[in-house]
Amino acid sequence: MPDQTSQPANEADVDTARRGFMQSALLVAGATQLPLAPANATPATSASPATPVVPARALTLNINGADHQLSLEPRVTLLDALREVLGLTGTKKGCDRGQCGACTVLVEGRRVNACLTLAIMHQGAKITTIEGIAQGEQLAPIQAAFIEHDAFQCGYCTPGQICSAVACIAEMKAGTASAVTPNVREQTIAFTDPEIRERMSGNLCRCGAYNNIVSAIQAVSANARA
Amino acid sequence: MRAIDFDQAADPAAAIRLIQQPHSKFIGGGTNLLDLMKGDVEQPLRLIDINHIGLDRIDELADGGLRIGALARNSDTANHPLVRTRYPLLSQALLSGASPQLRNMATIGGNLLQRTRCPYFMDTAFAMCNKRAPGSGCGAREGVNRMHAILGASSACIAVNPSDMNVALAALDAVVQVSGPKGERSIPIGDFHRLPGTMPQVDTILQPAELITAVDLPPPSFSRHAHYLKVRERNSYAFALVSAAAALDMDGAVVRQARIALGGVAHKPWRVPAAEALLIGQPLSEERSLQAARLLLDGAQAFQDNGFKIKLAERAVVRALREAGESA
Repeated sequence: MPDQTSQPANEADVDTARRGFMQSALLVAGATQLPLAPANATPATSASPATPVVPARALTLNINGADHQLSLEPRVTLLDALREVLGLTGTKKGCDRGQCGACTVLVEGRRVNACLTLAIMHQGAKITTIEGIAQGEQLAPIQAAFIEHDAFQCGYCTPGQICSAVACIAEMKAGTASAVTPNVREQTIAFTDPEIRERMSGNLCRCGAYNNIVSAIQAVSANARA
Repeated sequence: MRAIDFDQAADPAAAIRLIQQPHSKFIGGGTNLLDLMKGDVEQPLRLIDINHIGLDRIDELADGGLRIGALARNSDTANHPLVRTRYPLLSQALLSGASPQLRNMATIGGNLLQRTRCPYFMDTAFAMCNKRAPGSGCGAREGVNRMHAILGASSACIAVNPSDMNVALAALDAVVQVSGPKGERSIPIGDFHRLPGTMPQVDTILQPAELITAVDLPPPSFSRHAHYLKVRERNSYAFALVSAAAALDMDGAVVRQARIALGGVAHKPWRVPAAEALLIGQPLSEERSLQAARLLLDGAQAFQDNGFKIKLAERAVVRALREAGESA
């Protein structure tokens, strides 16, 4: 660990010292486990019941086919467990309130918002994140289609878009209805652009790559049906 | 989010026992509860996980109706073949709410207990909200109230129930099955949600430690002629400004039974039996539909920003009835 009390001699040394500090700060944060805020923080309002200290619990999560033993407080969301504890930072934290879809992962093949569910609620479930979508070095068809159709710009929403798209295609193939399905009584649906747009509305894209996302999903859907 | 303790219930009896610990709340899908906990609006000390108590089935009832387990997910319920074919109104309402991800998580029981999206309730930075902090006043009455109630509001609260599902369940005369320390009871959907009155902090008549176990639907009378119309600021993934659930039982061109419920206008889904009675025994017409709509909105009172809702709701009813009459 660098000596942070020594005075840097020049600007290059300042950068080195800062980098050393950031690394050690992250190590400390990792060692304390989540959440990073003190568990006995003072309640915000006087009417609130006193917040207890709740110890971490041992739990096992199955992510992308591998079991991971973790020690987490019950309040840790699946999203924070993935990103901050397991280092699977492909799943993104956007709004953290279930509004943007950046944190979309698959639990038993179903898409969910990882920010609005607790890790402790998913012991024994098979969880797939963006890191588990490809087959080794072989991109999944939807990943290749996103590249082919230029379906992203900054890329921040992309992991959530891709996980969501995988489920979206599976749901359409299974004949599930949506809010734009003309007649929900009929058990088959048409793979139209409005159907895809409606089914992907839980994933926001600030760059506005929507048209190309729909094209990518259409391309994979057409192959899936062929 | 504040620290929480956590218990997992193995069956409904265990859930009802565990919920009696101080400051405990059930967690099903968690999509509304965890959101509110992150905002510090809800402050439970302990969550009781009821996802493994075996109440996620959808089964036919002996009378020809349907029992939907409280833990059935919105997406599974909306897509169940019997719901799609016999209760398309419920499918449409469920599918119009939230996003696919949220519908995969959210449960029927949780949806019944969904809390208002009034911004003065959702954000603790606002001092005034009688629903969140009883006695503090209502920030919305004199504040931003575009999304708020036009019917059944009180001086204490003008919030609306945000659920689409509840509007369909109201039109379908669903019955909420509840189990608690004192036994089981059945609550007609119309009695389940409260108007705010002087106690807006209480959304439903559910008693402490009671667990919703199922929602029962009566035998289907509205499979052919039903329509859920949701009017909102954008086409998808937004709460309703106004919604209208219309269900008709037709004998040829003549209306045998009619149900109309409005969403986005009050603290609970809004039904007026006299408005429905106007349609019975007559061919469906725009004129009759408009009369029914006006009766449904009788007594509507607008606030500064939501006057548009009265005419919008009227037109939504007429259109939903027309679509229901044409659907099959």
